[in-house]
Amino acid sequence: MSEERRMIPVWFFAGLLIFIYGILIFASGLAEWSHPPNTVLANLHAPVWWGAIMIVMGGLFIQLFRPKKVKK
Amino acid sequence: MIHFGVSLHGLVLAPAAATSGIIGLSPVDVAIIAIYFVAVLGIGFYLKNYAKSGEDFFVAGREMTAWVAGLAFISANLGSLELMGWAGNAYQYGILAAHWYWVGAIPAMLFLAIIMMPFYYICKTHSVPGYLQLRYGHATSGLSAITFAVMTILMSGVNMYAMAVVMQVILGWNFTFSVWVSSITVGIYVALGGLYSAIFNEVVQFFLIWLGALLIPVLGLVENGGWSGMVARIHQNFPTQNFTHMWGPMVHPSQNPMGVQWFAIVFGLGAVLSMGYWTTDFLVVQRVIAAKDIRSAKMAPVIGAFFKMAVPFIVILPGLMGLAAFHHHFPRLYPDDYVAAHPALHLHKYDQVLPLMMARYLGPGLLGLGITALIAGFMSGMAGNISAFATVWTYDIYRPFIKKTATDKHYVNMGRWCTIIGLFISIGAAYVVTHFGSLMDYVQALFSFFIAPLFGTVIIGMLWKRATKAAGFWGLLVGIFTAVGIFLTIRLHPSSVGWFCFYAGAKPLAQQMWQALWAFLAVVTVSVLVTAVTKPRPEAELRDLVMGLTDIPSEGDLPLVKRPVFWAGVCFGVFLILQWIFR
Repeated sequence: MSEERRMIPVWFFAGLLIFIYGILIFASGLAEWSHPPNTVLANLHAPVWWGAIMIVMGGLFIQLFRPKKVKK
Repeated sequence: MIHFGVSLHGLVLAPAAATSGIIGLSPVDVAIIAIYFVAVLGIGFYLKNYAKSGEDFFVAGREMTAWVAGLAFISANLGSLELMGWAGNAYQYGILAAHWYWVGAIPAMLFLAIIMMPFYYICKTHSVPGYLQLRYGHATSGLSAITFAVMTILMSGVNMYAMAVVMQVILGWNFTFSVWVSSITVGIYVALGGLYSAIFNEVVQFFLIWLGALLIPVLGLVENGGWSGMVARIHQNFPTQNFTHMWGPMVHPSQNPMGVQWFAIVFGLGAVLSMGYWTTDFLVVQRVIAAKDIRSAKMAPVIGAFFKMAVPFIVILPGLMGLAAFHHHFPRLYPDDYVAAHPALHLHKYDQVLPLMMARYLGPGLLGLGITALIAGFMSGMAGNISAFATVWTYDIYRPFIKKTATDKHYVNMGRWCTIIGLFISIGAAYVVTHFGSLMDYVQALFSFFIAPLFGTVIIGMLWKRATKAAGFWGLLVGIFTAVGIFLTIRLHPSSVGWFCFYAGAKPLAQQMWQALWAFLAVVTVSVLVTAVTKPRPEAELRDLVMGLTDIPSEGDLPLVKRPVFWAGVCFGVFLILQWIFR
């Protein structure tokens, strides 16, 4: 029985990138928690919750569309 | 890529020797941008193995799902200059700018989906000029293909130039660095994976654009106390102007800052200009032609239309927020020519409202994502140009006129080579514009000359079987000359605006709508007259090309929620509700 790899869905690539970006933005938000940047509404800590949303979204895409081996 | 209606003029006049930008990036921002470049190149290398045949390279194997084709369709249109240009227009004209996203897009996208897509798809054309070749013959197709190829590659260069200037002004990046790094990246991934690669990256770019730009309106609404709070601030800042209603100030052109009346918006923009762009510009249509079946091909523009309706949230709203933030630690923005005339004052232009909003709300990390969204927008537009150019050159110019018989592999190699060559021509065009800035306006204008006439020719060919080959060619040619003639007349004799636009104070966007309307009427008139005196083609030759001679598969056996026409109806209903809300 042979196996072949199908084209990885584009959603997986998108999810991976969103996940990585989410981690970077989330970590950056945590790092600046005690000394927020000089931007409007910095007290809302947008990088933390926006990063968390991206991690969840990216993780969901990765889980749903991860490459699978297809049996022929 | 930027298309009809957006002025890049201001970007040309940006200070060429800017040494530091509006925005400073932190290491995490730079890391986010660098990861993006690695990712798009990685996707290109991965997809190289899947782009073997011409069908793979030029139409992505015709196996894209409705969602992939739909997101790529909308992403190819979401160029970063489009984002910044329309945010600037919203600052200048208020919510009137949203007309270009709603009445200037949604009906046309739905018309493409339900009426025109079946003909494109069933005749199995590779391109819009390819359809014209089948319908009208080589002369019309050649005229359309050559003008499209030349204009696409020049526009790509102009956009490249404008984007590099933007990066110079916003980030302080070196012009040559921006041009070469971004364009070589696009060239590599398109040459490797063809349309597969372009579409995959466009879908990724779609998400980045939204995730990078969405926080600005969200935080802006929080700061302003919601929509009503923002409207109240705008009225307080500009008590004599109406920036927050779309249809109310349209009764007479003197009532709105654009100098346009409802008739021009509905018929010039909605019925001609947007129809021309969304249904015949191969840059966007190519994404839908790559769909895996006719239902997906019809659903893709409908999906795109839903997202297009939401784009004002990330584009128009930041522009309006710029108006609301005036007097609230936000600089006043000025017309391009005024900024250019006062370089010592270091003023900001309308087009800079979006990056200024980024600097206002986004800190480290988020700022990198926002800038990545702008770069992604630029690259998706450029990839669209390059891949469309490669297809039209190879299939509609090289194959019919230069080398009629060659292997499929030969044409794929030609596609890869002309991707690279097209890229270098674009880079050359970008440098030419740096020395002859006024060329930029003319190149953009040239592109707009072909949209309305091409739509007239295609739609007559699809809906009227009697239209002859000669009618197609002469209609298109006269339509183009009409558009060029009106443009030049207004340029040489500005007082003539009133003749064509019925209002002497019509602004360039309003002029463009009237120009499109007159060109379309010229196409229809000439096509009807020439058809009347020339011999029609036999019906057998028009099968699968014209309404009444094409068997369009019925969707009657599908459940309601799977029918494209149902979702098109829902989309149109939402569109009408939005018009009512923001009237």
